[in-house]
Amino acid sequence: MSDANPHPATALPDPASALTPAPREAIRVENVTCAYGRNVVLRDVSLTVQTGEILVILGGSGCGKSTLLKHIIGLETPRSGKVYIDGQNLTDAQGAARRNILAGFGVAYQSGALFGSMTVLQNVMLPLQEYTPLDAPARELVARLKLRQVDLEQYADYLPSELSGGMQKRAAIARALALDPGILFLDEPSAGLDPITSGELDALIIRLSRVLGLTFVVVTHELASIYAIADRAIMLDKSVKGILAQGKPADLRDHATDPRVTRFFNRGAV
Amino acid sequence: MPAASTALPPIASLELRRDDAGAVLYISGRLDAPGSAQIWPQARQLVHGEIRVDASAVTYCDGAGLALLYDVIQRGATVEHLPDRYATLLAQLDPTTPLKTAPAVVSPPFLIGLGQRALAAWQQLYQAIAFIGELSAAVALVLRNPRQLRLGETLLHCAKAGADALPIVALVSFLLGVILAFQSAIPMRQFGAELFVANLVGLALVRELAPLITAVLLAGRTGAAFAAEIGTMKVNEEINALVTLGLEPVRFLVLPRVLAVTLMAPLLTVLAEVIGIFGAALVLLTFNIPLMTSAGQVMDTVGFTDYIGGLAKATFFGFGVAAIGCLRGLSTGAGASAVGNSTTRAVVSAIVMLVVTDGLFAVAFFYLGW
Ligand SMILES: Nc1ncnc2c1ncn2[C@@H]1O[C@H](COP(=O)(O)OP(=O)(O)OP(=O)(O)O)[C@@H](O)[C@H]1O
Ligand SMILES: [Mg+2]
Repeated sequence: MSDANPHPATALPDPASALTPAPREAIRVENVTCAYGRNVVLRDVSLTVQTGEILVILGGSGCGKSTLLKHIIGLETPRSGKVYIDGQNLTDAQGAARRNILAGFGVAYQSGALFGSMTVLQNVMLPLQEYTPLDAPARELVARLKLRQVDLEQYADYLPSELSGGMQKRAAIARALALDPGILFLDEPSAGLDPITSGELDALIIRLSRVLGLTFVVVTHELASIYAIADRAIMLDKSVKGILAQGKPADLRDHATDPRVTRFFNRGAV
Repeated sequence: MPAASTALPPIASLELRRDDAGAVLYISGRLDAPGSAQIWPQARQLVHGEIRVDASAVTYCDGAGLALLYDVIQRGATVEHLPDRYATLLAQLDPTTPLKTAPAVVSPPFLIGLGQRALAAWQQLYQAIAFIGELSAAVALVLRNPRQLRLGETLLHCAKAGADALPIVALVSFLLGVILAFQSAIPMRQFGAELFVANLVGLALVRELAPLITAVLLAGRTGAAFAAEIGTMKVNEEINALVTLGLEPVRFLVLPRVLAVTLMAPLLTVLAEVIGIFGAALVLLTFNIPLMTSAGQVMDTVGFTDYIGGLAKATFFGFGVAAIGCLRGLSTGAGASAVGNSTTRAVVSAIVMLVVTDGLFAVAFFYLGW
């Protein structure tokens, strides 16, 4: 967000966003506690994401990044707290209202999660078929161009099981992008991708955010990717069970006081 | 910008106008999915061959709109004056390059198809034979060195396939005994021969029905579970992980399961026989035949060879059901639907196997004079 705060690498909730008047909130997470059974993974997490912003969530393996994502997108119900998507309360929404909110965002899961019985093309066409009035040839063309964007044009008619791990990942991203939804959640999109493909994916994310105003929440460990795309980064930590620091990646790297943050941005050195 | 198209309150619109340089197609409005859907059919009609498309009045253009513009460009149009930010998105899609699609798969001519199917059938048979070989090798290994058997796993499967199946086997065999007794008692009574219903039901259950019904239940309960479990492991590359760890899947996964079911099938069959005969005796009680009399009749009719023959069949059935379940699991293809296919095929082939081998047993017993 803004550079107003010289030490943004402090803590909860982003002070800049409270001061800036206009931009709409795409996501608001209020005091959410995430737990599996008795295992509390995150406690009292609050954050907001502005429309058009690219937020990166980072942190060590097992600190609860995927868990936070699952709670934001409504796959898991928070133990306490609320999640608002585009101003609507997702946590308490039911039935048609809930489906409406869900249609407003796309998700690419850490494991791909393509439908195994459908070809890659059919996977990408499925949301178009369910949510748009486009006719069949138009849907197919939209889907094939999405696949061209992730460089899978020639593999449209393959089954997911016939693709490599990284290719499945890219196909999943194409499916998440199919509707150009207002908000996109990507869980480690570049894990398993080579640096060139990963760079192209970063460029695609930035273009979509700048031109179409899409909001992104991206979980990633790739430092290069974090510097390239993040408007703001949030670092989670296991020991505090919550947000350790947040701010622009460069500020976090240069000004963070917490050694855990500095270590992360200097690749474990220090 | 054309102040045209007042008719509809459209999201997006198309208008064909002519100027000195020829025809120009004006696209305006929001090119999101609903907007593009409105004008796409018309665009297909209007654009074939070279034409200029003026997109200066496009106010928004996402993936659907870009696909529409791509489509008209592929049909020969040149898109002009598209607002810069959308133009960068369009340029990135490389709109002048046609889509590369894989050539459609043509189904092979009849003879080749026949050959391929024969080959596939042969490979399946080969697989089954190889599987039996591997299983025998694993058995031989365990006989020489019993500690190679995973005893805990075997006992677990005994509990799952045997103990957990007690209620369903009891329920079905009780019902079977009751139905058999009731349906045969009515006609038999006309001849005053209700007493012999016990002989009939006892013999039918011990020789045929108890082993068969137990095996069918095992196929649906346990064989299917084996296929699904091992199939999922195959899909998740867990089988590959076993192989690279130097653990043969047949010894590690298959042997405990097959052994467990082979042991449990005759025990369940004994239960089915007892409960089925008990059900029949209850029915006969309503025909004024005391329980002890029915029991005596059964003891007199059912010989030792009948009993042993039934149990031998049950043992073989149990082995077959478990082995087929595991084999289907191991030959699972890729993807979630492949697991479903394997499970279905495990149950179907197990039942076919039961029918065929039951026939063979009947012939064998006939010649043995049992
Ligand atoms: N379905 C689940 N049931 C119980 N506990 C879970 C479940 N999923 C995750 N956890 C626990 O929650 C914690 C956080 O897991 P999570 O998957 O969110 O980590 P992550 O930050 O995404 O890690 P990674 O970078 O490795 O993907 C872990 O301690 C894990 O054991
Ligand atoms: Mg994760």
